[in-house]
Amino acid sequence: MTDQTTAPRSFQEIILRLQSYWASKGCAIMQPYDMEVGAGTFHPATTLRALGNRHWAAAYVQPSRRPTDGRYGENPNRLQHYYQYQVLIKPSPPDLQALYLGSLAAIGIDMDLHDIRFVEDDWESPTLGAWGLGWEVWCDGMEVSQFTYFQQVGGHDCAPVSGELTYGLERLAMYVLGVEHVMDMPFNDPDAPIALSYGDVFRQTEEEYARWNFDTADTGMLLRHFEEAEKECAAILSQPAQDPKTGKRIVMAHPAYDQCIKASHIFNLLDARGVISVTERQAYIGRVRALAKQCADAFVQTAAGGYAA
Amino acid sequence: MPDLLIELFSEEIPARMQARAAEDLKQRVTDGLVEAGLTYAGAAAFSTPRRLTLAIEGMLAGSPARREERKGPRVDAPEKAIQGFLRGAGLTAEDLEQRDTPKGAVYFAVIEKPGRPAAGIVAEVLETTIRNFPWPKSMRWGSGSLRWVRPLHSILCILTDENGSATVPLTLEGLTAGDSTEGHRFMAPGRFPVTSFEDYEAKLKRAHVMLNPAERADHIWADATNLAFAAGLEVVEDKGLLAEVAGLVEWPVTLMGRIDDAFLDLPPEVLQASMREHQKFFSVRNPASGRIERFITVANRETADQGATILAGNQRVLSARLADAKFFWDNDLRIARSDMGIWLQALENVTFHNKLGSQGERIRRISALARELAPMVGADADQAGLAAELAKADLSSEMVYEFPELQGLMGRYYIEAAGHPSEIAAVSQDHYSPLGPSDDVPTAPLSVAVALADKLDTLTGFWAIDEKPTGSKDPFALRRAALGVVRLVLTQDLELGLLDLIEAHLKSVLEAHASATRASDGTVAVAQAPVELPDGRQVDPRTQDLLAFIHDRLKVYLRDQGIRHDIIDACIAMEGNDDLNLLVKRARALNDVLATEDGENLLQGFKRANNILSQAEEKDGVEYSYGADIKFAEDDSERALFAALDAAKASIDPALAAQDFPAAMAAMADLRAPIDAFFENVQVNTDNQTVRRNRLNLLSQIRSTCSSVADLTRVEG
Repeated sequence: MTDQTTAPRSFQEIILRLQSYWASKGCAIMQPYDMEVGAGTFHPATTLRALGNRHWAAAYVQPSRRPTDGRYGENPNRLQHYYQYQVLIKPSPPDLQALYLGSLAAIGIDMDLHDIRFVEDDWESPTLGAWGLGWEVWCDGMEVSQFTYFQQVGGHDCAPVSGELTYGLERLAMYVLGVEHVMDMPFNDPDAPIALSYGDVFRQTEEEYARWNFDTADTGMLLRHFEEAEKECAAILSQPAQDPKTGKRIVMAHPAYDQCIKASHIFNLLDARGVISVTERQAYIGRVRALAKQCADAFVQTAAGGYAA
Repeated sequence: MPDLLIELFSEEIPARMQARAAEDLKQRVTDGLVEAGLTYAGAAAFSTPRRLTLAIEGMLAGSPARREERKGPRVDAPEKAIQGFLRGAGLTAEDLEQRDTPKGAVYFAVIEKPGRPAAGIVAEVLETTIRNFPWPKSMRWGSGSLRWVRPLHSILCILTDENGSATVPLTLEGLTAGDSTEGHRFMAPGRFPVTSFEDYEAKLKRAHVMLNPAERADHIWADATNLAFAAGLEVVEDKGLLAEVAGLVEWPVTLMGRIDDAFLDLPPEVLQASMREHQKFFSVRNPASGRIERFITVANRETADQGATILAGNQRVLSARLADAKFFWDNDLRIARSDMGIWLQALENVTFHNKLGSQGERIRRISALARELAPMVGADADQAGLAAELAKADLSSEMVYEFPELQGLMGRYYIEAAGHPSEIAAVSQDHYSPLGPSDDVPTAPLSVAVALADKLDTLTGFWAIDEKPTGSKDPFALRRAALGVVRLVLTQDLELGLLDLIEAHLKSVLEAHASATRASDGTVAVAQAPVELPDGRQVDPRTQDLLAFIHDRLKVYLRDQGIRHDIIDACIAMEGNDDLNLLVKRARALNDVLATEDGENLLQGFKRANNILSQAEEKDGVEYSYGADIKFAEDDSERALFAALDAAKASIDPALAAQDFPAAMAAMADLRAPIDAFFENVQVNTDNQTVRRNRLNLLSQIRSTCSSVADLTRVEG
């Protein structure tokens, strides 16, 4: 385990400390989901696992993409690709706030010098048909995490309730490391033989993606892909539960959910290309929500979702 | 007499809900106790971010015993009736007593309800209160099914009397009430027991929790003003923010920091909005320059470095925020100076309402209406049209996207930056006003024209598609818009015929609506069969209905100024009621005259005349409206009334023509004495039919003369 009495020196050290902290608290340390998502919540380890009655504890880093936030790597705080750290524990333990504060201490925030506050912030994801109550957590006036007790996901009541923590890693790390511009942040140890900054790793990709997201992504293709993902999701879920080949009951909730994730990301890209009008926007969000809801319906029909034959 | 102390300790309660929740706790618990027979001397409720507390003083130690008697059926009543009575009373036959009454032997049930000790009652009342607490939004947590605003961690519930304190036995969903609580999360972790409210409050203070929200707010305000004063500055007062911040901390520590010079040129409103909304900072102003130069933040703890780390952190966050604001401001100014048309173009694609088309279409309608209104309010039509076109341009700006509450104000800055005169720029800020019954009403003619056009368009639009407010639901703030129309028209003393304005505007709204719904395949609102008004005009029924809605707002507004609704109704019934100033002048005059003795008696005389006349008309099946003839008059008082009516009419008609309602009303009130004398000396319904008819026709003259001033039949009393 890393030495928590000293201040961390790099972006990756903060991630590593969070990983080992939550591992020590009993979470399964999972890997990022291998698809483009807008936030860590989209990872099936959160969205789907928040459903049903099976207990669950997972933590992971999730690369997240918000095409409209691209600034060609020039804005000190805004990125189209960034990282979230996500923790989901079901049922939410009674000491979740204390566990969370422990994680801040683990990454070098001295509770005796800083002002930590839980400020009302109810969370709602119109695309996931999900909502919960909780707070944004402030450290000296800066939002460092979202803390949510999930009440509903995909239109289903959550019982038991999951406690979800989301850390915006770049912002949190910049604060802990005292960096003003994200691109200047040390990515690995600044004394390493090959010291890399966040900019060394990501400045170029921010530029490339910003150009593609805003100006050249083929909107005709994206619109087609959106429809295809939507169709495939419905097609997957329309299959009978009984697999004719193996004779087993196999409800394909996860493959269907992949199509939902895909549709959601394509919608974000279309939004960044500016081809979705205000009225259409609501309609698209409604379509993605309908997919999420069907996937949630399917998941609770699986063993992981609490289905008992 | 014991005291009761209750504390519900939870994770952080949203600041905006705390005060109400403390009140609800007090209300529900005390109501429950009193209902169960436990009266008390006093109760006080408090809240912090993590707790709701209720302290009740001087409560009964137990509920008094109650004896209840119930009279049952006669002893010789059928068995069924007796059994029914027993079931109802929850008794058996042995519990009944026989008593002799004048109606024979009757069964009586005597139900003795022994008193109960307070603890059991408190436990029941508290459990019911917790389970049914009226949080605006509540949640479940963990595996439980209890709902609270955030997870509820502990319940403190003790009764204290001269022998000491005792915990009230209560277990609820795994939570057992105890006698202990926690102090400040960071400065004094750990639980401690308490024995009374005084002990609780004192120990909390030692554990760095200020229990009373008012004390926290006072403390914050005193420290903030001192810090500012010491630097020769002043805190911008913000009561809402103060209450909110007091709900975010248990141990307030006030810190003042500097705003980076790079941001001092931002409009003060932008600095204020950014600091308030995002950071919950107070703004600190230099009284000499009016500029906002520093901020005050309130931390929830003391630190060894006197808040230096906290302040530095807050300052960094603020700089990042203000860098965003400055970025928006610079970008917006660039567009404003080069071509504001870009913003207007963008509003063509913003839906105002799916049945009413885009913001762009709406702005064009408002602009056309503002041009029309301009001459009536003393403004230039072209300028009013232009001002209306620009007034909402800032809705496309980045700053207003970020801070919607700055709409209009930013428009004012940007329109000026675009090189327009300041009167036109001011319209952007002013045209949203007035927003309530007491805020400022715009007075500049251009602003008045656009503010009126904006409100009339909103009202007409939602009336066209039948989206009127119902009960407490008024999502488009149409009551506010109608009150705005009332206040603008009255304050500016505008002579407007609202009916024609609304009717004409309804047509253009319906056109927009038709094209909007063609796109979104909704049902199309079309022109409706006109209704005829008393003056013979034909209007769309929605026009008439909207005018009635505006009249309703006017009634509410005048009621607050002491004019009764029936007096306004009496005036609304008159022609020209769509000219609100005329209507109000009439109502005020009527109100004044009815306040005099003559006026009040005249009203009685009028009502008497009207009653006799109406009865006779109903009985005879005719309307007595032919001129009465003085030659059939038999009594002097009758002849005097003829003369008085002639004289009154001679005064009233020109007074009404000149809209001099006080004079008309005074002339009407002069009829009081002759009418009184007439009724005293003359029997209307005499046997002589000629005389009777003539007298009824004379009464009719009273009615028509008085009714030319106001419809007195609608006045109560």
